[in-house]
Amino acid sequence: MVDKVHVKTTINGQEFEFLVEPYMSLLETLRDVLNLTGTKEGCNDGNCGACTVEMNGRIVDSCCVLGAELNGATINTIEGMATPEGLHPLQQAFLEEAALQCGICTPGFLVSAKSLLEKEPDADEHRVRHWLAGNLCRCTGYDKIIKAVQKVQTSA
Amino acid sequence: MHPFDFVAATSVADVNSVLAQHGNRARPLVGGTDLLVQLRGGRFELDAVVDIKSVPEANVLELNGSLKMGSAVPLAEFYENQGVRNAYPGLIDCAELVGGIQIQSRASMAGNLCNATPSGDTICPMIVHSAQVHITSAKGDRTVAVEDFCTGPGRTVLEDGEWVLDITFPAPASGFGAAYERFIPRNEMDIAVVGVASSVTLDGSGKIADARVALAAVGPTPVFIRDITALLVGKEPTEENFVAAGKIAHDAVSPITDMRGTIEQRRHLSGVLTRRTLTKAAERAKAG
Repeated sequence: MVDKVHVKTTINGQEFEFLVEPYMSLLETLRDVLNLTGTKEGCNDGNCGACTVEMNGRIVDSCCVLGAELNGATINTIEGMATPEGLHPLQQAFLEEAALQCGICTPGFLVSAKSLLEKEPDADEHRVRHWLAGNLCRCTGYDKIIKAVQKVQTSA
Repeated sequence: MHPFDFVAATSVADVNSVLAQHGNRARPLVGGTDLLVQLRGGRFELDAVVDIKSVPEANVLELNGSLKMGSAVPLAEFYENQGVRNAYPGLIDCAELVGGIQIQSRASMAGNLCNATPSGDTICPMIVHSAQVHITSAKGDRTVAVEDFCTGPGRTVLEDGEWVLDITFPAPASGFGAAYERFIPRNEMDIAVVGVASSVTLDGSGKIADARVALAAVGPTPVFIRDITALLVGKEPTEENFVAAGKIAHDAVSPITDMRGTIEQRRHLSGVLTRRTLTKAAERAKAG
């Protein structure tokens, strides 16, 4: 038997306190403990980026983080992007540019793209493509996703 | 997955104590990008995982002539440091191409080293920078050169209870330059078919005072080729000499054929990338 870990953390600006099994990933913790199921499981081994969340200001694959590491951390997930007033501009642009089909990769792309635009609002196309290389999409062929991100840049 | 305990260490003594207690049933955690994937895949079982990211000594990034890099410093923090970028462009070459941004946010060079895959992109650049690995344990400390650290695929000189606290890079000598290149069929997010790191130190007259070449993904460990050092020292940094160095690399490596490439392709790439990285290292040496 292993002891559960006591975690106090801030997710999307809201404080959470809970117990988590020490071997559970952050992805499992978000989905199965906290019921934040917007973050998706793709490969579950750090290749596809579907489970991307922002942790302490950097994007990470939540499948490669332990839930126990959340203690004291600040996390932003897809659930924190839209507000009651409306969608985040990136979400709106993804809709308008048809930058999604099956939707499994979409939360990861949105969290990654949001992080890039906050750090580097003027990132050029090459940089956008490079930044999003850790997010895989098997539907769109990527161009629509890149166009959606660029649309937000030009309308900002 | 076999259940393991999680320990959030805040001191070197914390880590030493957990590792001393559990032997090879415990490991330090930094990025988790290899460790957690391997645990989930059933590669091995652990009883305890020790997060070392809150250990102050494992988080240092001190540039003071030489560079001391704690084992928990993620690649992104390393390559975003302007002082490090200016002093060690040959290390930036590799730090910026491991995985994607998500991986670079978490993974450290020390983790890449301890994972000891022959294709590890940061290991060969550390070798040609003559980096020294500071190993610690409850029994004491020791230092090992990076080229002596990996002993086989996934195997290292670390004994039970030991872990890497930091890695030190000597101050770049006047006339020093280094470079890393890898061949992959994509633009990013791939594992090297072959990777080559080179460093060149030029003396006051422009001749080669020292040269170091190490190759990734062409043997059971990263391969440091001392014969190239012997060939190049005292010579001019010419295309002809770098082609000759590439020939040595071509013949010295022992690659396998697998899904990423054939023996023949890897030998060919070893020669080409050795010449290219020596040329780039020499250009940086002249500019620096």
